[in-house]
Amino acid sequence: MLKSRLAAASLLASLCILAPSQVVAQARTSVAVAASWHVTSLDPSSDGYTYQRMGIGETLVDADASGALVPGLAREWSSSEDGLTWRFRLRPNVEFHDGTGLDAAKATASLNRALSHPGILSLAPIADITADGDDVVVRLEKPFAPLPALMANYATMILAPASFAEDGSTVAVIGTGPFRITFVAPPISLEVERFSDYWGEPALIETASYMSASRAEARALMVESGDTDLAVTLDPAGIRQLSPLDDVEVEVVPIPRTIALKLNLARPQLAEAKARRALSLAIDREGIAAGILGFPEAAATQLFPPTLEDWHSDSLAPLSTNFSEAKSLLAELGWEPGPDGILMRDGKRFELTLRTFPNRPELPLIAAAVQDQWRQIGVDLNVSVGNSSDIPAGHQDGSLDVALYARNYGLTPDPIVNAADDFGSGGGDWGAMNWDSPKVAEALAAALETTDEAARADAVESVIESVQAELPVIPIAWYQQTVAHPKALQGVVVDPLERSYGLSKLRWAE
Amino acid sequence: MTMSETLTPARRAEARRLRASFVKLLAARLFQALVVALIVGIVGFAMMQALPGDAAYRIAAGRYGYDVVDAAAAEAMRLQLGLDRPALEMLMVWIGQALTFDLGHSFVTGAPVVDEILHQLGHSVGLAFISILVALALAVPVGTLAGLRPGSLFDRISGGAALVLRATPAFLIGILLILFIAVELRLTPASGHGHGTHFVLPALTLGLVLGSVLSRVVRNAVAEAVASEPFRFARQKGLSLPAALRRHAFRNAAVPVITYLGVQTALLLEGVVVVESVFSWPGIGHALTHAVFERDIPMVQGTALVLGLGFVVLSFVVDISCRMLDPRLAQ
Repeated sequence: MLKSRLAAASLLASLCILAPSQVVAQARTSVAVAASWHVTSLDPSSDGYTYQRMGIGETLVDADASGALVPGLAREWSSSEDGLTWRFRLRPNVEFHDGTGLDAAKATASLNRALSHPGILSLAPIADITADGDDVVVRLEKPFAPLPALMANYATMILAPASFAEDGSTVAVIGTGPFRITFVAPPISLEVERFSDYWGEPALIETASYMSASRAEARALMVESGDTDLAVTLDPAGIRQLSPLDDVEVEVVPIPRTIALKLNLARPQLAEAKARRALSLAIDREGIAAGILGFPEAAATQLFPPTLEDWHSDSLAPLSTNFSEAKSLLAELGWEPGPDGILMRDGKRFELTLRTFPNRPELPLIAAAVQDQWRQIGVDLNVSVGNSSDIPAGHQDGSLDVALYARNYGLTPDPIVNAADDFGSGGGDWGAMNWDSPKVAEALAAALETTDEAARADAVESVIESVQAELPVIPIAWYQQTVAHPKALQGVVVDPLERSYGLSKLRWAE
Repeated sequence: MTMSETLTPARRAEARRLRASFVKLLAARLFQALVVALIVGIVGFAMMQALPGDAAYRIAAGRYGYDVVDAAAAEAMRLQLGLDRPALEMLMVWIGQALTFDLGHSFVTGAPVVDEILHQLGHSVGLAFISILVALALAVPVGTLAGLRPGSLFDRISGGAALVLRATPAFLIGILLILFIAVELRLTPASGHGHGTHFVLPALTLGLVLGSVLSRVVRNAVAEAVASEPFRFARQKGLSLPAALRRHAFRNAAVPVITYLGVQTALLLEGVVVVESVFSWPGIGHALTHAVFERDIPMVQGTALVLGLGFVVLSFVVDISCRMLDPRLAQ
């Protein structure tokens, strides 16, 4: 009885006495990160991006802030003359967090595990991965130039053998990065400490934590209250709330992710390029970018954003808005307004259903804006907000008309990997649908195989020109990544490829 | 308790009746638990099967993130998890496993469902417990004071405050508390878990919501008890107000309060999903919502089963507590 009373009293006391340490400012050695993603599992093929961003696991190839490939755990790599064999030479004297040394056999085992799971490696025609001395040797069935870029994706992170149980499940994330995991509490949080035997430049801070805070307003409030030092992805309201504050800095960086409409070209309404151009003209991108995303400069003038320098061309005529031109283009194709104002041709209404999903809260809002704007030219668009996976599923069974999504072209530092999947023959789950452009397919195949810079640039240019001219997908906006942090936290670099939170370079001002 | 020494035959008979009713109640509740488990299992499974969309895609999206989900990933899930087996076969396998207390493994994380539930239910139980303490600490004094003088200014003000609190969404109360207590005063962390101070704001939010109605339940119960003949007689014969309350009012008033708390605890355990997401609290409501989105059938089934059985246990505890407070209920 006394015990339970004591317990109740101490619980009440803990509610009333608030930790004074929150108030006292002191020299700090720790950084708290808050982002929306859950820490669902330890498996690098599912949650590897968090372990990569926190500096726990590393890949053979790394990328700098401009997206250029730089040595990671492999200090150099090369391909054979025929492009069928790639050798990645490992950096010497690298230790895993459990004190064991990295060697080619362990790296190979880790990569073979990644290969057996759904993920980025399935995009490459890999025959096998073996160890040879200090080299990891990847043999291909046909040449695949972007292989090093694939080796920068989180799913190919090299973990110590002790990370995996015999049945292949992941029991720990024992990486080689500047930070080592000390505590994981799925699905919300994760703590790391500086790894003193790191092969590279050691981190300046001693510890860091990651917390999944799924609501953007909560993340903004957490920066303001000092609970988090790096709030990743804010909503427009959060940016407005934090920008005027003296001690908080909000950074905005464009990232290679594009919000676009996927169109099923097998639908008679969407089969003609002229009709797709009309639909594109009837989208007020600047209004959407300014009103919904909060950044007028986010309005897309072509599919690939300027951050992807090789894939963005200033010579392309920018996508624009012109409702009367849209109407006359559709009239030229024989579409006439019906009794309810919706266009008709040969007894068929211009009526389509758009699928999108709410995980990115701006998508349903953009869908509603497009619905309203298309109605002005006589197109009836139904909006169905469901699950993101309805889009690839609808692509496969052909039931999809139009989809709105945000495509990540930065899954690897080289967008060719995604572009080949999206715009190759017949299109891809997250790209074109029933679009067959032999010219583009050929150019993509060439860009995938060739290591010659000039030939590759020509191929890429041909792809982006065709995509802009024929609009198998209609770009709407380019994503901006937003990060807020206290001004006292120095060295913050927002990685446009979203590969790193840059924890090891962070330091607190004296 | 040293009552047994002074038990009269009548008292002993009453104790026997109480015990008999306890045994009968236990048997009834055990049977109820079995029925609940079966219904939850079958209905839950049927509902998951009836959801539109391809489960393999949903699971793949839950596992690998939607950026990576394509037909190949979905096909891999279908093969690995045996999703193309007949639904009836899957249900029978689940029932067979559940009978041996094996809830299977999560489709999304691959971890045993029991571990996930214990982990997340633990967080929910902890938060619910503290929220109830906060609610009681607020509601009992306020409700008692109001109930002693029904119609007084205090009664009307506290009634109005309870109404406003109850009408405000928990989500808004949470955000307002963060703004004032965490951002303006910097007294507590805004969101998160792991540290004791992380309990303060979510527990206060839920405590305020729960306490608002609870204070009115206490007020009505106290008002009724105070108006009763035994209480008035006790005051007449000269018992002080605290003594009269202790002996003749609190026990009577406790029965509706405990019944109400029991029902509300069930709701708290189920998780106030919005509050959990505002405060990044890894509770069971949060987990169940995600499991439904991600079509994690073993996780949904297991969570529904544990929550269903939890309600049976809770209503058993409420029944027993009420019978001990008021033996007339046993008859």
